[in-house]
Amino acid sequence: MIAALLAAFVRLFTGVQARWIGCTPGAMQRVYFANHTSNFDFLVLWSVLPDQLRKRTRPVAASDYWRAGRLRQFLAESVFRGVLIERKKVTRANNPMDQLVPVLQGGDSLIIFPEGGRTSEPEMRPFKSGLYYLGKAVPQVDLVPVYINNANRVLPKGELLPLPLLCSVIFGEPLRLEKSESKDAFLTRARAAVEALIDL
Amino acid sequence: MNLLGTDREMQILGAGALAVLLIASTIGFFLHLRVKSEEGRELIDNLNARIKAWWVMTIIFFLALATGVIGSVILFCLISFLALREYVTLTPTHRADHRALFWAFFIITPLQYVLIAFHRYGIAVIMIPVYAYLFIPIRNVIAGEYKDFLARNSKIQWGLMICVYFVSYAPALLLLDVPGRAGQNGKLLYFLVCVTQLSDVLQYVFGKCFGRHKIAPNISPNKTVEGFIGGILGGVLIGTGLWWITPFS
Repeated sequence: MIAALLAAFVRLFTGVQARWIGCTPGAMQRVYFANHTSNFDFLVLWSVLPDQLRKRTRPVAASDYWRAGRLRQFLAESVFRGVLIERKKVTRANNPMDQLVPVLQGGDSLIIFPEGGRTSEPEMRPFKSGLYYLGKAVPQVDLVPVYINNANRVLPKGELLPLPLLCSVIFGEPLRLEKSESKDAFLTRARAAVEALIDL
Repeated sequence: MNLLGTDREMQILGAGALAVLLIASTIGFFLHLRVKSEEGRELIDNLNARIKAWWVMTIIFFLALATGVIGSVILFCLISFLALREYVTLTPTHRADHRALFWAFFIITPLQYVLIAFHRYGIAVIMIPVYAYLFIPIRNVIAGEYKDFLARNSKIQWGLMICVYFVSYAPALLLLDVPGRAGQNGKLLYFLVCVTQLSDVLQYVFGKCFGRHKIAPNISPNKTVEGFIGGILGGVLIGTGLWWITPFS
């Protein structure tokens, strides 16, 4: 209920347009991976998913950020149903894969930002390896590259109040990890797939 | 205060708008039945989408008039807000402009319309071109970024001028105190909106029917010299023909 209202508000506020270029908004299980420049990124991506899809799509977020403060924690856990993972000190005991793989096996989709944090520069950072391990652990799930346009101007890193600017979200053609594809080759290919959507 | 009221002239204007829209929809419907070629179908679909938009605009406009000054002020405030959103999205602003822009959207824009709604004409005419014009550079100085300082300020200042200040003059027409015409200012707003909109419609119609010479193909590929002249002349004719609803002789 709160989630649907919030999604409607974000769509109205940013006039966000979804462009499904490489795939359709069908009800299949997926991992959406996107560029990350703003806390608004996740909101606009999440708000353009059709209701039925959104209910089964969970964002992957940093627990150090989203567990700081009651409001953040409420939003992350009760509204967005985020999967909060450790990004600072990853050990054998708190390996994020142990949380993410069961979510996918349970049939839910994920939204992840493989740059590992928000960037202020226009260039995307190299991808962290999580996407590769997900592709390896659940090879039957499509990995969908997504480019989010203008969210960094709506809410730049370090600002609290958003501006009402028009955004767009572009969905590309799904990828899968090829047999015998190396980690670096796959991550470079995945990053290029997001970059290729910039000029579309 | 309802601006449609029992005014006989206003009823004629409302009926006129309805008649024009009905004729347009009828023509659009028959063209849709007759058109065969792929290219023609695209053109007629576009025309019918425009006619639908005209219906929506007219209905919203009359609803605003029916709710009086306050409805019209809210309507034009929303139009300003959406226009500014479009303007800033297309204007390359700097990261450091964020807070100045926040003021522009959420403080200055509503404030301008509050001043209009409360009949504060004296301050409404200078709030943006004087105070907002001084405020924006000050806010940007505090943001601490000197790069392209003047250009960055100007983009925000002119955005406010075009999208908010100028647009706010439309509902401000309702505040005018014209001797002997109390409660009839809705017709002034009708005059402004009707002439502007029909001039645009005629520009499109003339361009589609007689357009040969492109006027600015790099900016808008479908605009033609014929449409430009037809729109201006048609607008002048319609404005002249509606002289009887204005206080002008």
